Order: sequence, then structure tokens, then C-alpha cells
Amino acid sequence: MGLESKLGNLGVVTARLEDLINWGRTNAMWPLGFGLACCAIEMMSAQAANYDLSRFGMELMRASPRQSDLMIVAGRVTRKMAPVLRRLYDQMPDPKWVLSMGDCASCGGVFNNYAIVQGVDEIVPVDVYVAGCPPRPEALIDGIIKLHEKVRRSHPLKESEPIRV
Amino acid sequence: MIDLIKSRFPEAVLDVIEFRGETTVVVAPERLIDICTFLRDEPALHFDLLSDVSAVDRFPEHPRFEVNYHLYALEGNRSLRLKVRLDGETPVVASVTGVWPGANWHEREVWDLMGVRFEGHPDPRRIFMPDDFLGHPLRKDAAQFYEEPQFTHNFDQIERQKPYAKE
Repeated sequence: MGLESKLGNLGVVTARLEDLINWGRTNAMWPLGFGLACCAIEMMSAQAANYDLSRFGMELMRASPRQSDLMIVAGRVTRKMAPVLRRLYDQMPDPKWVLSMGDCASCGGVFNNYAIVQGVDEIVPVDVYVAGCPPRPEALIDGIIKLHEKVRRSHPLKESEPIRV
Repeated sequence: MIDLIKSRFPEAVLDVIEFRGETTVVVAPERLIDICTFLRDEPALHFDLLSDVSAVDRFPEHPRFEVNYHLYALEGNRSLRLKVRLDGETPVVASVTGVWPGANWHEREVWDLMGVRFEGHPDPRRIFMPDDFLGHPLRKDAAQFYEEPQFTHNFDQIERQKPYAKE
């Protein structure tokens, strides 16, 4: 059943190393759910039973940045929170991606005032922006799938720097 | 109730406003602590809960700032508002944290957002804005935003100025 019926007599498979690395990275991308405001509710409901994020390998939102590779910035980032966000981003080990969820994280949203950072891309480099106020769980899943496609297209071996001793 | 206050502090009560069941007493800022202590301790009044300390900036008018103290008496369900009118760029008024300790964070909020100094406050620092922020955001002459909304006609200009994070 499943994969075994299609394999036939295959025992050894060759593939490009980059493809394998990218496939491994997308299949179990652990998010650091940085739920700040209302978008966090939609992120929680995307994690819950009806729209499941566990099928993408994101069974848990890791609480610690040291154990996660995807930071989902869900909600408004205030100017007081911005250094904290940057510090958590810096604490994440490579490879890491940032998904900016919702309008407030992407561009400031409806708030253009003294307190809200106009777009989290002023603080951390963002890979995927998901629009919506708040984006439906399906939109967040669409953003995650687009991020998976972006990771599948990337070339990790060419971009990595040589290890300097 | 108002007569009790007026008879005790005849020269400090500047005005009394009654509107739809709410009583507001405008007070001179010099006697504020005495009036607050009297309101809290007098058995007939016994205003033991300070609900809120807030400020209003009436920019072109003088006096510019008004600090409102919302008081509530738990027994008797009585509410009262005290108003103190202040002028100047950074007006100073005595802090009521000695009378009601709950005023601590409310006065920090008023200092942070409006710029009204409270003399005798045990912890005078900003509470909402980051510590190195310059200015007081909720004043009428404070900047409304730090970046213009990006429409089609100024898209490139804002795109150039926006500090994107590189790494």
C-alpha cells in the first residue's frame, strides 16, 4: 500500500542533494508562533482541528526561538516590541524564514501612528507576506504553501558560506 | 456632598459642574493633596477608589491641560470627578500616590502620553512608549505618524526611504 507499491525493485534512489535538503526542511518546519494580536487567533484556529497545520509538520508552535525555523509574525508590532522581535529573530538558528501574517505585520495595517511599526520588514527580512485583516486560516495555509515552494526553489548549497576555521 | 467640600475648602473649589447626574469639581492645583485626603478620609464621603487619572489637552485654549481624577466610593455608590487645570509646556502637579497608591501607573501614563509632571511620584518613567522616545504622543501638536501612507503617487519615494532590514 502507499509508496511501497510504486517502488517495485528500487532499493537505492539517487536525487539531487539540494532537493533532499529542501524537502527535509519543508516537511518539518517548526514555527515560532509570534502571536501578538488578533491574527494570533486566526493562527490558533489554523493550528486547530478544522484547518490543520500539523499536516505540514507544524504540530506545535515552539515556544523557544532556539528550536524553531519559521517565525510567523501575527499581529501588530509596536515600537516598544520591535527590539524584542529582532532579538528573537537573532536567536533563531539558520536556516530561518519569516512569514508576516496579516496587514499590520506587512505594512502597518489600519494603524499609521506613533506606536506601530509600519511593516515588520523594517526589522526582520520577510520571505512571505500574507494579506488580510485577519487572514483566514486558509490564507495562512496558502502562505505556508508558498513558503514551501520558495524553499523548494532555493539553492542552499550555493548560498551557504564556507565554514571558516 | 458638594456643600461639605465647599464649606471645608472655600477658596480652592473653583467651579462645580453637574451634567446628567455626574458631578465635576474644578479644584486649584495647590490644595489638591489636602482635598484628596479629605475626600478619602471623611466618613460621610469616603472616596476610597481612584478609578482613573487622565488628562485632556485643549491646545489653543488656556489653561492648556486638564488632569481629571475619577473617584468612586464603594459604600454608597458615589462617583465624583476632580479637575485640575494647568498651563505651560510641562505643567507640574502634586502626585496623589500618597493618598491612593493605585494612581502610580495612571500618573505614569499621563506623563508618558501628555507630558504632565507629577511631583513626588515614586517612579517617574515612561510606561507605554519605549524609554528613548522623544515627545509626548497624545498632545495635539505631536506628530500623527512617522511615515506617510504609501499610495501610487508617492510609492517610489517611500520605497527609497523605508529602512528595510537586510539580514
